[in-house]
Amino acid sequence: MTRFFLFTFLLAVPAIVLSVASKIETGKAVTPLRVSRVCALLFGVFLAVAAIAAITGPHRIDLLSLLRQDGAAASPEHTIVFSVRIPRILLAAIVGATLSTAGAVFQGLLRNPLADPYILGISGGAAVGAVLGIIAGLDFLPFGVPVLAFLGSLITIVLVFGVAGKRRESQSGTLLLSGVIVNAFCTAAIMFLISTASGTRLHGIMFWLMGDLGLADTSQTLLGGVALLAGFIVIYLHARALNLLVIGEEQALQLGVDVEKTRRVLFFAASFITAAAVSLSGLIGFVGLLVPHLIRMIFGSDFRLLLPASFLFGATFLVAADTLARTALGPSELPVGVITALFGAPFFIYLLKKTEAGRCRF
Amino acid sequence: MPLLNVDNVSFRYGEQWVLRGIDFAVEKGDFLGIIGPNGSGKTTLLRVIDGILAPQEGAVLLEGTEIGKLRREALARSVAVVPQYSALAFPFSVEEVVLMGRAPHLGRWRFEGDEDNRIARKAMEMTDTLGLAARDMESLSGGERQRVLIARALAQEPRLMLLDEPTAFLDIRHQVDFFDRIRSLNRDRGLTVIAVTHDINLAAHYCDRIILLKDGRIGAAGPVDAVITEENIRKAYETRVMVDRHPGTGSPRITLT
Repeated sequence: MTRFFLFTFLLAVPAIVLSVASKIETGKAVTPLRVSRVCALLFGVFLAVAAIAAITGPHRIDLLSLLRQDGAAASPEHTIVFSVRIPRILLAAIVGATLSTAGAVFQGLLRNPLADPYILGISGGAAVGAVLGIIAGLDFLPFGVPVLAFLGSLITIVLVFGVAGKRRESQSGTLLLSGVIVNAFCTAAIMFLISTASGTRLHGIMFWLMGDLGLADTSQTLLGGVALLAGFIVIYLHARALNLLVIGEEQALQLGVDVEKTRRVLFFAASFITAAAVSLSGLIGFVGLLVPHLIRMIFGSDFRLLLPASFLFGATFLVAADTLARTALGPSELPVGVITALFGAPFFIYLLKKTEAGRCRF
Repeated sequence: MPLLNVDNVSFRYGEQWVLRGIDFAVEKGDFLGIIGPNGSGKTTLLRVIDGILAPQEGAVLLEGTEIGKLRREALARSVAVVPQYSALAFPFSVEEVVLMGRAPHLGRWRFEGDEDNRIARKAMEMTDTLGLAARDMESLSGGERQRVLIARALAQEPRLMLLDEPTAFLDIRHQVDFFDRIRSLNRDRGLTVIAVTHDINLAAHYCDRIILLKDGRIGAAGPVDAVITEENIRKAYETRVMVDRHPGTGSPRITLT
């Protein structure tokens, strides 16, 4: 019964805040004041959801007693909340924020609403690395699988950009195509590896491919957080340039953007943070596609607001999804990617139907 | 010193020369039309003037400074382009699009301030788009979109405005409305305009001077009357035309024969 109420809160808090915001916030110009106001609001929602997530789980936490006995760090409740749940919430937040930010950047750079962080093949490369690592039994080493996954995605990034080359005219199209091809190749490689894997490894592989936030330890999580913050600062410096790039590369040039350099920096920063997040969590789908669209529908397309809002709401969304993933089926866990897709897809369709024709186009 | 000096410019894509020895100057306050058949190099010339393409020979000078040496931002503060409309991938309001014209005047961190909003408002007033400010670009008609793009170019506060076949998809009423607005900006505010267009009669009607391109070279250049002649048009377009006078304005007028 309590769990039911917690789930309801988990979903209701963000839903209510966003639907109220969508009434007030549409069609306004972006000012520093508005960016801070929206960010404060979304950060509040994040804190609320994170707090609910911290007290949700197979072991019931009595909030009052937890707060009262702050001196006694050794109590089991204290250990569960601060050593198990909060690190995992932090990881979910970092991965959710990364995928949503990177998704928004890729959608803008490729001028394509279907773009997500994985579109240029990062997921495929990371998966090949991770599956190799799991089959080789490296998941017992602290950094084994993440390092291989990270290397795999770096290799694909280099490969995809190498294939696309330096031609500016058709670069978006060439990038997309080479991303698709690299991903197809990696899928085949993964299938090959899986068919040779033993039964005991398969479970680990499946969980990695669907996304699992129970893998990383705290030091890895913190590394991911540092990568995300550095990447986000670089990306946000180019927020206005991204607005202009959405209008078209030639018009961006005519409005004073150094298109070549801006694209390079943004592609690299977004790919880098995605690679870091994927190596910690596996392939969590839908977040990077859904969150930027949701935020755009409510707060508009201006990247100066879209980026920080996607960052904060992406974190919130994945913390909520992960809480469901680890508690919905009792003591056993679901891969979080199953939840993001099961909830994300219908919700997305609902949003598409609801949004008036003029506001958003696909 | 002329505002713009196109100094013996040649440009090629790969091995193929598209512009050869283009040489002309534009004084402040000029209204110059560039016409010519398909593939004659009109759009390439406009891109060279705007610094998007770098000529292999010759140079384009803006008030004596080679534009290749200017940063994009500095160039965008002096030269604005009104492009043909292309669909946006994501929804932006009219006001947001017009304010984008202020981008070259703002640093990386600065948001648009009161001054920028005032300039954008004025640009919208001049183009009758103030009433559309909150509308989504995609919900506008072709004529309205083209006016918004003029407003964005005006918000750049340029000294030189380049028009890239801006009326190609507009009906005659909106073509006339568009060029009337541009001409009044040219006459009343001294805005220098270079317009690339397919429509010889529109060019003859609105421009002070015309350059007729043929095969990447200047086929004829000068005042409208000197360029729009049966002889010149026939040579450039390989089409027989009759040139007479517009009964109202006296500007030359072509008719197919």
